[in-house]
Amino acid sequence: MRTPVVVIGAGQAGLAMSHHLTGRGIDHVVLDRGEVANSWRTERWDSLRLLTPNWMSRLPGHRYEGADPDGFMTKDETISFLDGYRTSFDAPVHTHVTVRQVSARDAGFDVATDDGIWSCDAVVAATGASSEPRIPDVAAALPDQIDQLTALQYRNPGQLADGEVLVVGASASGAQIADELRRSGRQVTVAVGEHVRLPRTHRGRDIHWWMDAIGQLDERYDEVDDINRARRLPSLQLVGSPERRTLDLNAMSSTGIDVVGKLMGISGRKAQFSGALTNLVANADLKQNRLLDRIDEFATETGLDAELPEAGRPKPTVLGAVPTELELSRFRTVVWATGYRPSYSWLDRAAFDQRGRVVHDGGICALPGLYLLGVPFLRRRKSSFIDGVGPDSAELVSHLHAHLDHRTRS
Amino acid sequence: MTNTETPAVDNGVNVEALLGARQALTDAPQAAQFQWRATCEWLNGTHNRSTVTGFSGLGQEHEHRQSYSIDSDHPLAFASEDNGPTPPEIVLSALASCLTGGIATVATHRGVQLRSVTATIEGNMDLQGILGIDGDVRNGFGGVKVTYQIDADASQADIEAIVAQSQKRSAVFDIIANPTTIQVEVA
Repeated sequence: MRTPVVVIGAGQAGLAMSHHLTGRGIDHVVLDRGEVANSWRTERWDSLRLLTPNWMSRLPGHRYEGADPDGFMTKDETISFLDGYRTSFDAPVHTHVTVRQVSARDAGFDVATDDGIWSCDAVVAATGASSEPRIPDVAAALPDQIDQLTALQYRNPGQLADGEVLVVGASASGAQIADELRRSGRQVTVAVGEHVRLPRTHRGRDIHWWMDAIGQLDERYDEVDDINRARRLPSLQLVGSPERRTLDLNAMSSTGIDVVGKLMGISGRKAQFSGALTNLVANADLKQNRLLDRIDEFATETGLDAELPEAGRPKPTVLGAVPTELELSRFRTVVWATGYRPSYSWLDRAAFDQRGRVVHDGGICALPGLYLLGVPFLRRRKSSFIDGVGPDSAELVSHLHAHLDHRTRS
Repeated sequence: MTNTETPAVDNGVNVEALLGARQALTDAPQAAQFQWRATCEWLNGTHNRSTVTGFSGLGQEHEHRQSYSIDSDHPLAFASEDNGPTPPEIVLSALASCLTGGIATVATHRGVQLRSVTATIEGNMDLQGILGIDGDVRNGFGGVKVTYQIDADASQADIEAIVAQSQKRSAVFDIIANPTTIQVEVA
């Protein structure tokens, strides 16, 4: 089978690229191991909503047009939104096709699947930012009687055996899972490493509205001081909820969740937690307030002050007595919410550096004709958001188109 | 880099060299593997002397400009001769030194001129632990508190951010805050 471009993954990124390719009249296929929005269908918990408000669900040629622009889409609504996108331009999606191997050839690529081999001139890897959970080595030292699951496997509180839960990680996933488990009546301890604290709303507007307005979400990968650090930043400690509530450590503590430092090790029958939490919390408060300062300066400069409520600051994070050791026997389940990473295990080794990272400049790979899309801070701060994949894919498709033209001429 | 336009400050820290080293070690991670060493010799009673001479890193052996030694002992209150600080006091000093060096480095990197930096460090310890009186009391510090007084050309929030960043990048802070595997053998 032959096509100029193979897009791997039919989520927000793959579909946005497909939309651009369609618009340019470039023949292509979009392959997905499951359905459109597969990870939303199979790897997300039941109650999950988007972290960005509905009005930010903007894709090339498709946007949210419902009655609740400030709401947050549920998992099912997100799936419908992406299904609708696919239908809107009849994207050439081949569902239930699993890519086994992408091999670079002199004349382009061979994409080997469980349904035959596609040969093509360009490949767009749009398989998502959260293909694999990151699980620290300490997981192997946990005793057998403790159930372990990752945020990708978590669905709802009823799935867990009765008993206390240790949620490791307090970014978007960990904070939301700990909160949901606590509200279901569980005793919950959350182990907190580096995190990005933000209030859901500031001066009556959503924090994402502000981040969009001040241009923070548009900051480019080639303009930030340290792109590797920016790409490693944990997700924002936020939840999308109808009541637009804030889910920071103060909110978690107020519902009775016990907060401890980062899980560092297991010693005998005890779990050891970092004593650095006070500093991490102070740092997160400082960074939050620095962003809010920037937002308030913007509000003043643009004359928004008059129509907005006074600028306040969230209360500093209050930590109680934080233990650095806890008996493991109290926990029945450990939930790993320690981050995710993309997986490119099927990709030609020529695409990687010595440390196993795909070599690319803003998604344009060193291996000619290969592109990445839809991962954190690929080309701008919002690259992994639905709202960010449009501008990223617009830039990449220009490069890709030039690559195809060059190949045709030579 | 955005900080090339910030006014030059002089805290006696060569930030360019540090940034150069960071880049070099990013490109050659094997050179980043260092080993720090000390030897310690018993003198008499609880009095002993540690000596540091060399270390390895950047793919080779290094010698300090000279050998340094640190005496340690227990105080008179413990019926010892008090020939030097106690080991926990050396640990506290190491933490303060590490954080203070970090503050100078981070401040310079951020274009902040320091005029004075003073750390006061306190470590609380319940002696019922090391004396074996109560098995539930740990031997080590129950908590450590460091208080900085800093006079610098920066706002309070910027100074706090510098102090926070120096903790984030401090070896001794990590050594004390987090567990480390320790093997003690008799050769």
